[in-house]
Amino acid sequence: MSAPPSAARPRGLIYRLTRNKVGVAGFVMVAGIIAMTLIGPLVMGSTVPSDAQNPWAGVSAAHPFGTDNTGKDILHQIIVGGGPVLMVGFGAAAITTLIAVALGSLAAYLRGWIDNTLLQLADIVMTVPQIVLILVMATFFQLTSPVLLAVLIGCLSWPILMRSIRAQVLSLKEREFVEAARLLDLGTARVVFGEIVPNMAGYILINFVIAVTNAIYALVGMYVLGLVPLAGHNWGIMIRKAWTFNAFATADGVPYMMAPIAVIALLQLGLIMLNRSLEEVFNPRLSEG
Amino acid sequence: MVATQTETGSPPRRRLRGLHALRSLPMSVRLAVWLAALVGAFVLLWFAVGLPPVAAGVFAVGISVTAWWGEYFAMRVLRAYFVVFAVATGVFFMLRGLPGNPIDVYIARLTAEGVPYEEAAASAAAFYSFNPDTPLWQQYLEYLWGLANGDFGTTLARIPVLEKIGYHLPWTLFSVGLALVISVSVGLLLGMIMAYLRGGVFDHAMATIGSILHAIPNYLLAFIIVSIGGVQLGLFNYHEMRGTYTAGVVPGFNLEFIQDALFHATLPVLTYVLATVGTWALIMKASTTQALGEDFVTVARARGLGGGRIGSMYVGRNAVLPLVAQIATQAGFVVGGAIFVEKIFSYNGIGITLYDSIADRDYALVQGILLIITITVVFANLLADLTYGLLDPRIRTTGEEAAG
Repeated sequence: MSAPPSAARPRGLIYRLTRNKVGVAGFVMVAGIIAMTLIGPLVMGSTVPSDAQNPWAGVSAAHPFGTDNTGKDILHQIIVGGGPVLMVGFGAAAITTLIAVALGSLAAYLRGWIDNTLLQLADIVMTVPQIVLILVMATFFQLTSPVLLAVLIGCLSWPILMRSIRAQVLSLKEREFVEAARLLDLGTARVVFGEIVPNMAGYILINFVIAVTNAIYALVGMYVLGLVPLAGHNWGIMIRKAWTFNAFATADGVPYMMAPIAVIALLQLGLIMLNRSLEEVFNPRLSEG
Repeated sequence: MVATQTETGSPPRRRLRGLHALRSLPMSVRLAVWLAALVGAFVLLWFAVGLPPVAAGVFAVGISVTAWWGEYFAMRVLRAYFVVFAVATGVFFMLRGLPGNPIDVYIARLTAEGVPYEEAAASAAAFYSFNPDTPLWQQYLEYLWGLANGDFGTTLARIPVLEKIGYHLPWTLFSVGLALVISVSVGLLLGMIMAYLRGGVFDHAMATIGSILHAIPNYLLAFIIVSIGGVQLGLFNYHEMRGTYTAGVVPGFNLEFIQDALFHATLPVLTYVLATVGTWALIMKASTTQALGEDFVTVARARGLGGGRIGSMYVGRNAVLPLVAQIATQAGFVVGGAIFVEKIFSYNGIGITLYDSIADRDYALVQGILLIITITVVFANLLADLTYGLLDPRIRTTGEEAAG
């Protein structure tokens, strides 16, 4: 079934990245949302003016998605409110991936008691569902800063990825190039991070994207439950407010609820679709079917 | 089937072989005998030796597994115990290290209502048995001793934690369990059909729907179900369907109550199923596609076996095998997600109890729920391992984990 890999190799990376239409669509969606979040506040201003005359205004030319309880334009809030969500999502994923790659590859390469200890640690952290642990910690600390939220989510989500990185390194370290590097006496750090890790860059990238979706799930979940202080504007806080004001019960309020839900769902879907392309490039065996 | 258990050519191992002669019995008989031995050991340790019930259970499982399933599974059980102990310790110190103790929260709430501080402080001291002044190590030892005796402490409202959990947990197990059964069976079936018809319209349509469902977080699905299905389209009355059962219906084993419980569980179950079924279908499709390419399937086809037999015995069985461990992992994940879904639908299970306990800083209850969830996840994994052994003869004979 699988086409000989040599047929695809000579073509450029761009060709292989764009071969999967689903992946390209995903990339466009994610890039669009990121661009909107970066450029939007510069064009429209980062504070949303409230129009007290027009609370709960329906869909109109001036307010394409209507307004909320204080008359703030919903479209404007959507454009401005992505910053913290994206920051925490990508920041937490970077931290998780960093920890998982470092611990996973060292455990697999060194084996022995380090491997056993790290595996046992991962087992223990993995046992309590991550989302519950994150919720408890975020609530008790009443975290509002996106940086701290990213650190918290990042530091609690590494075990599953660490185990799969470990499995990858276990098989990679038997290859000839690793043996060659070891015979050259390059030192553990150089062999692991200079030879082995670059060889699973694709795998790491794919898992980084998955980690982004998980971090966004945890972050928005926190706001939806209202357990962390609702400071500032972001999509999660919008959903929370729409829910507590029962916005979904009236036709004019529905956009307040559905707009942030739609943008988060599109972002998550875009990230998962984007992974299709990445998988096609880095793991040609998967591409069939 | 019995033939697979004779270890031809393998070197003799130094291992506790247990009751070796009984190993040739069929698996169902062995399971039944093991369960009987487990219960017997538990009763013996509890009543005759006089151990606390929880400790008796711990030892009974350990001893019977060691004697019956051999060293490999005994090590697994031992590790599971260690994980539970480590989590119990970790959670205890984590909660004590976090800011905001329940008395402060209680006083803050009273003063916010206009009660003077001294009065609020006196009321708090009288109301709570919680004493934050005893040294931490003493609290920890008392906590561990309590756990061994099956005592998880009392909530801030002075209800034993276990009683509180025992009241709410069945609702979550019921809704999550029902959803898991539906979602796994529908997902596996869809995935297998997709793999057989891969490249076709059905496959593409299901793959698209599957990824969309996989991508949308469960709480957003719940919101979408309520605001679009319930309010905009008016398909069902959301307000009537909230809660676990209608006020006035007496809980009991009768048709009316079961119908009512199912009625109220519909929306949470629908959310769980929608949120996970796509994932199962996609995983199963990949797994089945791989199994279909194996040599033994080609050989079975060449032997002229029927499509149904190949589908169930050769493809299905081998495709499901790698998924068993994932089902157990997912179970823990779904219980974690229950906090959102139950909060949105006011479903009175363990998720909403956890939410309340976090919001109230109810240490003992948070601790108890985290521990119960942990124990559930650990034993779901253990069960998956044991099931794996039953499904995959390679593990039974070699006693080692199969790669991948």
